[in-house]
Amino acid sequence: MTKRYLTRVAAAAALAVSVAFGAQAADPMKVGFVYIGPIGDHGWTYQHDQGRLGLMKHFGDKVKTTYVENVPEGADAARVITKLASTGHKVIFTTSFGYMNPTLKVSKRFPNVTFEHATGYKRSKNLGTYLSVTYEGRYVSGYVAASVSKTAKIGYIASFPIPEVIRDINAVMLGMQKVNPKAELKIIWVNTWFDPGKERSAAEVMMDQGVDVIIQHTDSPAAMQAAEKRGKWAVGQASDMSHFGPNAHLLSVVNDWSNHYIATVQKVMDGNWKSEDYWGGMADNVIRIPGYNKKIPAPVVTEAKKIVAGIKSGTFHPFTGPIKDQTGKVRVPAGKTMTNGELAGMNWYVQGVEGSIPK
Amino acid sequence: MLIRLEQRPEASNIMVYVSPLIAVVLTILTAMIMFGALGVDPAKAIETFFIEPVSTLDGVAELLVKATPLVLIGVGLSLGFQANVWNIGAEGQLVIGALAGGGLALAFYGQSSTLLVPAMLVCGVIGGMAWAAIPAWMKTRFNTNEILTSLMLTYVGLLVLSYLVHGPWKDPEGQNFPESRLFHDSALLPILIDETRLNVGWLLALFVVVLGWILMSRHIIGFQIKVIGMAPMAGAFAGFKENRLIWITLLISGGCAGLAGVIELSGAIGQIVPSISPGYGFTAIIVAFLGRLHPVGVLFAGLLMALTYLGGDSAQITMNLPNAVTGVFQGMLLFFLLASDVLIRYRVRFGPPRVKAEAAE
Repeated sequence: MTKRYLTRVAAAAALAVSVAFGAQAADPMKVGFVYIGPIGDHGWTYQHDQGRLGLMKHFGDKVKTTYVENVPEGADAARVITKLASTGHKVIFTTSFGYMNPTLKVSKRFPNVTFEHATGYKRSKNLGTYLSVTYEGRYVSGYVAASVSKTAKIGYIASFPIPEVIRDINAVMLGMQKVNPKAELKIIWVNTWFDPGKERSAAEVMMDQGVDVIIQHTDSPAAMQAAEKRGKWAVGQASDMSHFGPNAHLLSVVNDWSNHYIATVQKVMDGNWKSEDYWGGMADNVIRIPGYNKKIPAPVVTEAKKIVAGIKSGTFHPFTGPIKDQTGKVRVPAGKTMTNGELAGMNWYVQGVEGSIPK
Repeated sequence: MLIRLEQRPEASNIMVYVSPLIAVVLTILTAMIMFGALGVDPAKAIETFFIEPVSTLDGVAELLVKATPLVLIGVGLSLGFQANVWNIGAEGQLVIGALAGGGLALAFYGQSSTLLVPAMLVCGVIGGMAWAAIPAWMKTRFNTNEILTSLMLTYVGLLVLSYLVHGPWKDPEGQNFPESRLFHDSALLPILIDETRLNVGWLLALFVVVLGWILMSRHIIGFQIKVIGMAPMAGAFAGFKENRLIWITLLISGGCAGLAGVIELSGAIGQIVPSISPGYGFTAIIVAFLGRLHPVGVLFAGLLMALTYLGGDSAQITMNLPNAVTGVFQGMLLFFLLASDVLIRYRVRFGPPRVKAEAAE
């Protein structure tokens, strides 16, 4: 009896709520974005904002989007996320690793808001995570870079020694080794995601040391421009950087978030969103390589496209054994592929990478 | 009609206090013109920027949380600036103080002692002081320029932080991401208002304001600071030891910055992260000058500066204005403040100069 009574009360309450809020149902769903950089960084944040624009284009006046840019990862993040949640935003995307704990904290206070945090690992009932599998594109970058390099020296502008960056350095190295096992990878840690001055000088230093292809894990086009000026090659990061160095630009590994943002918002609208750990790669078009420089020899491009097709269809995975670490120890036996769990915490370099991971 | 500036016989005491207000008013007026030019309703924009952020209890709490480090550091720096001791490295002292306090929280992880938080605060102060002692020692011993040494030590401090969060203090269960584990509840500052982040750090900031005010107006050290700052020779003749004041002012400003750092960690963040402060140590320099190097002035200046950050959030969220608005506001505020300071030593006169009267003065 009691149970049935409760069900009835719940049903009545649900009806009352839906009537009371019926007027609001026609209102657009508010979707909030928190960005680490300026939307004009032409890298990470720029691509998230492109994803937001894609979302708006898809849903038209059914959604209303808001973004807050340049939000520091310290105490400020929680304030901004709270502000978004308390001003009627139903879905909130926080797009940098450092927002993980603030997002988790705020998500507990707003159980009716859906949160998605990029690149993190903490989830709750209303907080999911999502990630772009950049290493797929890095592997192709490494392959193409080593194919065109005359000095067999590739430069890598690294941001912070977190697993994502370590993983991508390893993917580049594995891609290079496919062509030239002796090719060198020089790494400079700039300890920033966006600092055009630092990125440019890192590129200059490496080119002075004989590097002729620059790969970057930072977000500004400064390295691309520096390579263009000196007649070297460079690989674009996050967005299509070809217009910053028409001659230097080998290819760009583009993050296309719009599909994921559209899918997530659709699920929330339909009421079937569930917290999950989403890894989006080439198969979902979250990672794309829009085009190759015409000066790259045709066989190289053909092979690169073959790798991409293999990754898309699932027949090829960059982290398939045998893979040895720097000491020569076999970390991934032949025929085995690393799991997402193993990749998520990667903290060792593959054989061939010089130096050690900064502490 | 001729408008000209005429030198005052004496610096105006009234203008010292009025010029910041003039600066604020001019900033708001210019901002309204700017918003109008952007096609935004100026009145609504100003309301969004200055009123909306503090229209809720949560908003007020966040304002005080944001102002806490700015006020703390600003008060400390203003003492040194009055004695011509230019500590530009408060950011580094903040970081080292935060690490000293935060390290204690990690070392005693899980211990539910009520002494932990006070001990962390003390460690924060000591950490900040220790970092400021380096430029103090170098200045008094080798006569090095404290502007350079304190500034450069900021970058050393940030590297120490980076080393610790990437290395020994990294969360063992954190999938190798560079941040410490979350502090245990016993290492978090008590919250003053439920459901907000307002913590006792704000009370400590107010306490430091009062201490600073007493020191400067009632204590012999405050008197010495002022004399040395205005007339070093006179101070020397009076027997004031300049080296001693260099030590005192650097230690106080370093201690305040360290305290701000540990409050930020233990109050608002709750773990050690690679970027503890978005530049409070540098922003506090502006706050100190905006507040006329007076503790109470610094209090208001810190609140105003904090409001510009919160206003920037609101402008973005409510009106979809770019984040650059925050920077423009802060820039205008500083610009107009420096411009209005002319009025302290000069006054505006209309009409041709009265040559005779001027000569008599």
